[in-house]
Amino acid sequence: MIEVKHLDKFFDGGTRQVLFDINAKFYDGKVNLIIGQSGSGKTVLVKNIVGLFSPDAGEILYDGRDITQMDRKQMKALRAEIGMLFQGAALFDSETVMGNVMFPLKMFSTMSREEQIERAQFCIDRVNLTGSEDKYPPELSGGMQKRAAIARAIALNPKYLFCDEPNSGLDPKTSIVIDELLYDITHEFGITTIINTHDMNSVMGIGENIVFIYKGHVGWVGNKDQIYDVDNENLNNFVYATDLFRDVRKYRREHGYTRTIVT
Amino acid sequence: MMLTHSIAKFGEYCVFLWRSVSIPEKWREFFKNYRNEIYKLGIDSIPLILIISVFIGALCTILIKMEISNPLLPRYSLGLTTREIIILEFSSTILCLILSGKIGSNIASEIGTMRVTEQIDALEIMGINSANFLVMPKMLGLITILPFLVIISMGTALIGGYVTCIITGLLPVEDYVYGIQTQFIPWYVWFSLIKSLFFAFIISSISSFYGYTVKGGSVEVGKASTDAVVMSNIMILVADVMLTILLL
Repeated sequence: MIEVKHLDKFFDGGTRQVLFDINAKFYDGKVNLIIGQSGSGKTVLVKNIVGLFSPDAGEILYDGRDITQMDRKQMKALRAEIGMLFQGAALFDSETVMGNVMFPLKMFSTMSREEQIERAQFCIDRVNLTGSEDKYPPELSGGMQKRAAIARAIALNPKYLFCDEPNSGLDPKTSIVIDELLYDITHEFGITTIINTHDMNSVMGIGENIVFIYKGHVGWVGNKDQIYDVDNENLNNFVYATDLFRDVRKYRREHGYTRTIVT
Repeated sequence: MMLTHSIAKFGEYCVFLWRSVSIPEKWREFFKNYRNEIYKLGIDSIPLILIISVFIGALCTILIKMEISNPLLPRYSLGLTTREIIILEFSSTILCLILSGKIGSNIASEIGTMRVTEQIDALEIMGINSANFLVMPKMLGLITILPFLVIISMGTALIGGYVTCIITGLLPVEDYVYGIQTQFIPWYVWFSLIKSLFFAFIISSISSFYGYTVKGGSVEVGKASTDAVVMSNIMILVADVMLTILLL
């Protein structure tokens, strides 16, 4: 489990506070979502959790190990347990799909070359990219790039998987494919997955634990079954921002639903 | 304000160098990248060097002949002067100024694009020292190959002068050949090669720094490339003056 306690983050030399006393828990083997409007502080929170930013106050505990107190060696050991999917996939342009997936294996595993290829091929097959091994990132569609990035992120069998806006720039159908893939991988390998998103389809589809960030504060914590019926104005403004979801709410109220099952 | 900014920037550059110069994570990957950089930064530049050098050699010969036509001067002085200009300044300093445009912008834009597309963040997340992984092979690659490029440039420029003498008949070829051999001081060649090592470090480290610290998008990457070339050129000229005072 990853636990964030009393996290504060400032920018511009301490004059602009972006995160305010954040407290949150992200559970093992579950898809944990961090949601909120653009500019609410989601990405800053994720970058603090993975150690790309240093928090100005608070603790970030990975199964009890505080990342803010770690030295370089401990941090390096922890990084071997982390996989990350970036918003733009962040594949290495100079490498093929196979090269990208093999990269962490070459850098950190003690596997032989044959074992590395076998493991990389397994990951590529798992994300349904079989046949694209020799393609370079610019030759792939957005969805395929995301899948290749997922394959690279899981190559070292990580304990924690972070995804920054995995559906950004994708069409709704491809978004669902990526969501389902992340959900399946999380449960198949028992990974603690943390997804930073503002895509409501993802929230309703795979949100097993949801942390809503509003203007740098934790605005609400719950799951996809609770989010429809919450009496929280900020959250409702976010959830029901589109006509589609307003219609869903109307339909639910008219038909007396109290729980939501969206698949 | 500007002074404070410059000092802060220099401090950032020193920290960046400190991070870059450390033992590579995997030697095998390092040597693979090192070999690629030698090819990309050095071997790929040879056609450009050949073209520029042969024309500069030719121009030096023609212009010196036009400007120095005193009958009291020995005829071989044309070859001698051409040689000194090429060995002492052109093939090291001027060539590196030209190469900083090609190589420096290449390095800055490559690393800058990696920064804005989060590829550097991806390396950091994996636990890789991205500065070391990306910059060390470029620095060592350029430091390794640039002296050879300087030697190629010297030879080509002198051949350019030789061919000019044949084509234009400005000077008997024998006098030109005698001129480039007479009063030859081998230390000047070593001096040029030593300078090229410093220039290689300047080009690769400054360009990498500007690319690595890019914030924003493609516009900023373009600006970083330009800034990297400008700053590299200024530092090459400063280093040239200092090394000339120290070594000659």
